[in-house]
Amino acid sequence: MEVLVYLVPIALLLGLTGLAAFMWSLKNGQYDDVQGAAVRVLSDDDLRK
Amino acid sequence: MPETLDLSIYVKRQDDGTAHLDLAVEGIDCAACIDEIEGGLCRLPGVVDARLNYTHHRLAVEWRERDLSPAAVVEELQRLGYRAHPFQSRLVEEEETRRAKWLLKCLAVAGFASMNIMLLAVSVWSGNVTDITPETRDFFHWLAALIALPAVAYAGQPFFQSAMGALRNRRTNMDVPIVIGILLALGMSVVETVNSAEHTYFDSVVMLLFFLLCGRYLDQAMRRKTRSVASNLASFRAEVAHRIEESGEVVLLPTAALKAGDRVLVRPGERIAVDGAVLSGSSEVDESLVTGETAHRAVKDGDQVYAGSMNYNGTLTVHVTAAGKGTLLDEVERLLENAAAAKSRYVQFADRVAKVYAPIVHTAAALTAIAWIASGSTVHDALITAISVLIITCPCALALAVPVVQVVASGALFRSGVFLNAGDAFERLAKVDTIVFDKTGTLTLPTMSVVNAGSVAPDLLKAASRLALSSHHPLAAAVAQLAGSRRPFEGVTEEPGQGVCAVVDGVEMRLGSPAFCRSEELAREMAAMDPTASVIAFSWGEERAVLMVRQALRPDAVAVLSALRGRGFDCRILSGDRPEAVAPIAATLGVEMWRGGCRPADKIEALEALKAEGRKVLMVGDGLNDAPALAAAHVSLSPISAADLTQAQADAVFLGDRLQPVQDTIEISRRAHHLMRQNLGIALVYNLIAVPLAFFGHVTPLVAALAMSGSSTLVTLNALRARGRAPAPAGEPASAQIDLVAQGA
Repeated sequence: MEVLVYLVPIALLLGLTGLAAFMWSLKNGQYDDVQGAAVRVLSDDDLRK
Repeated sequence: MPETLDLSIYVKRQDDGTAHLDLAVEGIDCAACIDEIEGGLCRLPGVVDARLNYTHHRLAVEWRERDLSPAAVVEELQRLGYRAHPFQSRLVEEEETRRAKWLLKCLAVAGFASMNIMLLAVSVWSGNVTDITPETRDFFHWLAALIALPAVAYAGQPFFQSAMGALRNRRTNMDVPIVIGILLALGMSVVETVNSAEHTYFDSVVMLLFFLLCGRYLDQAMRRKTRSVASNLASFRAEVAHRIEESGEVVLLPTAALKAGDRVLVRPGERIAVDGAVLSGSSEVDESLVTGETAHRAVKDGDQVYAGSMNYNGTLTVHVTAAGKGTLLDEVERLLENAAAAKSRYVQFADRVAKVYAPIVHTAAALTAIAWIASGSTVHDALITAISVLIITCPCALALAVPVVQVVASGALFRSGVFLNAGDAFERLAKVDTIVFDKTGTLTLPTMSVVNAGSVAPDLLKAASRLALSSHHPLAAAVAQLAGSRRPFEGVTEEPGQGVCAVVDGVEMRLGSPAFCRSEELAREMAAMDPTASVIAFSWGEERAVLMVRQALRPDAVAVLSALRGRGFDCRILSGDRPEAVAPIAATLGVEMWRGGCRPADKIEALEALKAEGRKVLMVGDGLNDAPALAAAHVSLSPISAADLTQAQADAVFLGDRLQPVQDTIEISRRAHHLMRQNLGIALVYNLIAVPLAFFGHVTPLVAALAMSGSSTLVTLNALRARGRAPAPAGEPASAQIDLVAQGA
């Protein structure tokens, strides 16, 4: 069962990475315009210089 | 070339020489609008960035200040086919956005913690019935404690703060038993971990937090959505005024930029945007939005005028006074204060339940401890059992029962075009048995329309309406609504105070006062038939027509009132207008109890009398004179066209020209209230089963986890029924947009 000593912390670390990614995206304003994001993805010419 | 509006008070200047402006945009209905607006604006020289928020219909534009004026941005949008209004985000809304973000962070932390702790907890549960070693179990418990303690300290903040706030005011709310339960369960689990015991409750605690935060966040998100649409509408309505500068120059400004002491020019056909005193000029004003009176009032030098009045025939110069200085406003504000003070603070349903619930639960836990000690077990075992009673009764389902229904029901209201100002309005709306309507602007439309269009020859009507396009007079505006094409005749001249005339194909056409059109006799005849309507005459060569203009009933008023009466509501009318004007409306609608000529104090008196009879009154009104009555009534509604002060007092505001939302509001509220009670019933049954189990010490962490998630899911699913059937598609802004998005995509 010694394998748990490093497997469990790795699992936790993965979870924390996910949490950090969510916090980053929230801070980045990615949830400010949810409906807009859904329709912008369909636009072809969104690569303005 | 129209006058340009001076928007400088809305522009935010930044250090790097760029300026920033927030706009609320009308007419966004499909995905292509995004490209069209952003692309169009970015082609303007000097624009650095334009970003449209499609969810909230707001546009943020940044440009280099020396290259462009803010008015050019608005004009470019106008050219693209969108009307944009400068938008100043209100403090409340910014506060709500911050709170929603914070709740989402708490939710993420609780979600992370509950997933990981559940992982550990399930291993322990399955290990306990197989061959887990005590060392491994302790290791898992310590890990769970390590995750749970900081997670609860962070994600529990919304509950800790709310409970502390309530206790500081010597009240209790639902959060007090929640916090007590959470802290005790956490403390006990830590002690048990130290003692390397078999059971800990870390998973229950964080799961409870996660469920509760879901409810809180949804509630907040719904409220935010409603508020953002409401403040967009407010900025669409934001009025402009012509200010006379020191130099005598006239500039067009948003009303928000005016200060007391400024002088404002009001032309015929314009709405007076400020409260003030007339400096010079004389005219007639229509104060129906203010007092409900439809007859016009003559004003001259020194008279008081109120924001929202329509100026009819003369140009006025108005001296702006600070709000609340007028005699009428003084009375309204005084009555408002009294009404707010007299209205005993309504205690929310959930808080009333919490008041009874908390002592019962805490007594039950204490009794459990005493019973176990009395039957000879150790203090440690007795305490553990007592705390498990607290954990299992922690009002998870109870705390979700009311807010989730509120969220779903306010979503349903939103789709029928009703915005809720007060979250607890459902409970009050559901109890309503008497509905009191104001007349002007509530039962009738706020704008004028021609009532005898059917009896006038079609070609005459067509010519009259086209000629009316050239006039600024409010009566002519009603005629102009009938015009098929928006092309006015050429060479039209306007005689101030008389009417407009034009020569078309060698024949003279006139629209205006009966004398101006030489048709006094016909006008007298018509006026005798309907003395309360205003008349406007039209002549075309030798032909004459007289049009009757008045505020028409809302198109579905008769149907809605008879439906409401059919469902047993007592409908009444209390109007500030003359009794002669109210009588025909009441007769058409079949309302027997009506009163005209009510001053604001009279309306309150009438409502108090109804209250004394034990009735629960819904007041529907729009005028400034209705504001105190709206505050005094058990619950209140107002149309979106209402005066600002009045809207602020109403518990909900409805959109559109129809009266149907009033009926929808009551029906949805009744359904919501029924579901709230049903949900509380479910929570009660759950507790009746769970408490005896806990009392006898049968609640293991596994049972607690199953029971809590089970009851929460049941309550949430039941709340979804508050959506009801999909409402009729007419007049529903939100879902219409969604349909269009789907088509556009």
